[in-house]
Amino acid sequence: MNKMTDMNDHNSHATAANSLRQQPDARGHFGQFGGRYVAETLMPLILDLEREYRAAQADPEFQREFDYLLKHYVGRPSPLWLAQRLTDDLGGAKIYLKREDLNHTGAHKINNCIGQILLAKRMGKQRIIAETGAGQHGVATATVAALFGLPCTIFMGAVDVARQQPNVFRMKLLGAEVVAVESGAKTLKDAMNEAMRYWVANVHDTFYIIGTAAGPHPYPELVRDFQSIIGTEAREQILEAEGRLPDMLIAPVGGGSNAIGLFHPFLDDTDVEIVGVEAAGEGLDKRHAASLTGGRPGILHGNKTYLLQDEDGQITDAHSISAGLDYPGIGPEHSWLHEIGRVRYEPVTDDEALASFQRLTKLEGIIPALESAHAIAAAERIAPTMSKDQIIIVNLSGRGDKDIFTIADALGVKL
Amino acid sequence: MSRFDAAFGKGHPALVTFITAGDGDTPAILDAVMAGGADVIELGMPFTDPMADGPAIQAANLRSLCKGTTTADVFQIARDFRARYPETPVVLMGYANPMTIRGADWFAAQCKDAGVDGVICVDIPAEEDPELGPALRDAGVDFIRLATPTTDAKRLPAVLDGAGGFLYYVSVAGITGSQQAAQSSVQEAVNRLKAATKLPVAVGFGIRTPEQAAAIAKVADGVVVGSALIDIVAEYGNDAPRHVEILTKKLADAIHGAKEIAA
Repeated sequence: MNKMTDMNDHNSHATAANSLRQQPDARGHFGQFGGRYVAETLMPLILDLEREYRAAQADPEFQREFDYLLKHYVGRPSPLWLAQRLTDDLGGAKIYLKREDLNHTGAHKINNCIGQILLAKRMGKQRIIAETGAGQHGVATATVAALFGLPCTIFMGAVDVARQQPNVFRMKLLGAEVVAVESGAKTLKDAMNEAMRYWVANVHDTFYIIGTAAGPHPYPELVRDFQSIIGTEAREQILEAEGRLPDMLIAPVGGGSNAIGLFHPFLDDTDVEIVGVEAAGEGLDKRHAASLTGGRPGILHGNKTYLLQDEDGQITDAHSISAGLDYPGIGPEHSWLHEIGRVRYEPVTDDEALASFQRLTKLEGIIPALESAHAIAAAERIAPTMSKDQIIIVNLSGRGDKDIFTIADALGVKL
Repeated sequence: MSRFDAAFGKGHPALVTFITAGDGDTPAILDAVMAGGADVIELGMPFTDPMADGPAIQAANLRSLCKGTTTADVFQIARDFRARYPETPVVLMGYANPMTIRGADWFAAQCKDAGVDGVICVDIPAEEDPELGPALRDAGVDFIRLATPTTDAKRLPAVLDGAGGFLYYVSVAGITGSQQAAQSSVQEAVNRLKAATKLPVAVGFGIRTPEQAAAIAKVADGVVVGSALIDIVAEYGNDAPRHVEILTKKLADAIHGAKEIAA
């Protein structure tokens, strides 16, 4: 199986009329979204990165190395698990789980990190930086930095450092320096600001491994391409298991890299309904992180996209029980898919995610990440309204070991 | 003749002072920099996520926003300044989101109405000019571009296309308030820029003291000082204007006389 199918497809589809898989345009725009809203200091580097990515896409050796690492280091393909007990319990559509939680480091994040560190190597960069929210991307980045022997600095909001201690320790064990960011709300957004500040001062030798399908072009595109292995595999696996495509895909969306990875290979399959799940936090009338449902278009962190903001364009603080969804923006391709109506985005609250977390754990023996529990909650809402011969694929984007302290706290259990 | 032409045509290098709007008693601080001899005023529009700024200006943004400063307040400060000082150019400097959230045309019209001469937007590079550039130019407001040590010769024409007012040379690859660049590297860069444009070239980032300012003024048309003034606002609070005036006077004397001493 050619794991780089999607990167190749992207080129071959470029001439196909009416395809939803041809974005972004030459300037990095997905409709009105995306773009390259960065300081002039970074602009030449961003252009270099784009050139290098085009060269890598055309280089069979790059693709061979990517495929090799995904298979032998990450452990791909990840299984597509028929969650029979969950299906029976809900009494509706058949639910399959795409088991990204079984990847090395425990989430989908590693797929993208492998791709980007290979680009860093091609560009001769000497140092790796990254931002992280839950710590999953930080761990994945620290992991590939260790594998390639490059020094690595991870920027993480001080609030997230406190609530994700096990991941902080993992990163340090892997040899990374973890910088606790004290500015702003001290979460993912602020970690990204600080990573960009470091980057702008060290552009000559530093590669910034952005963890989600957002940021300045070409990041949203290349992160999507590296993550599209999820959807490419799922497509083959469901055809093998069921002899047909699913009726629906469901994935959680913070920045949205696992979601776009699952969705993208299916975008032109108009019979496949696609649902992205946003974090509604304490509820849409209270503190939340649902950028599409509760925000509007604006410019932040290098791209134009839906943002939580006030009438003056000041960014407002996001909230989600899941650190990985605690971000006031979303990847630009999701904003575009939302506007053209190809993907439906639904909110799920902290409480709903907590309930689904426990339900999946007990029914399937799978502890999902809190991020993934949001997608499970949406599946629980939707599956009973569908018939038993219909099929849903849910992206189980990561495992929940990192969240047990948060869960214990929410359930009033002292560990 | 535009206010920029006048400010950079006084026969000596210009002092460009940056302060964050709404941080401290802004009208009084503006009076202080004017009394101290500033030639161009840069007014920072506060933003929640100032990605290109170091700790000093980050904190100033936060102080201003925590006081409840709105975009309307920023324009009112500019409008009042214009009424008091008809000749001195005013530049709004900030980030794309607050500038474009109500539409570029709205922002450009507000600038024109408030007597703002130019706009610097940190995160709209030449590639994204359509986001703001056409609206500003149509309103007769200069879109001031940034050039940096990473802006190579191939890129420079794109950076200059549509640029107005003056060219802002960011002398270090980094954030505001960081290390100062060496005079020799700045001189080389300014010469390269001046060969490509008729616009005056002002140099900023990391310039804090009169001595540093004098060194840069020898090789540039203008010197931008920001974080050093912001630090005074942070330290002295209500008493800041007096101290701001003292530093501005020293900076102005050093900059205005830099080329005479050289000659």
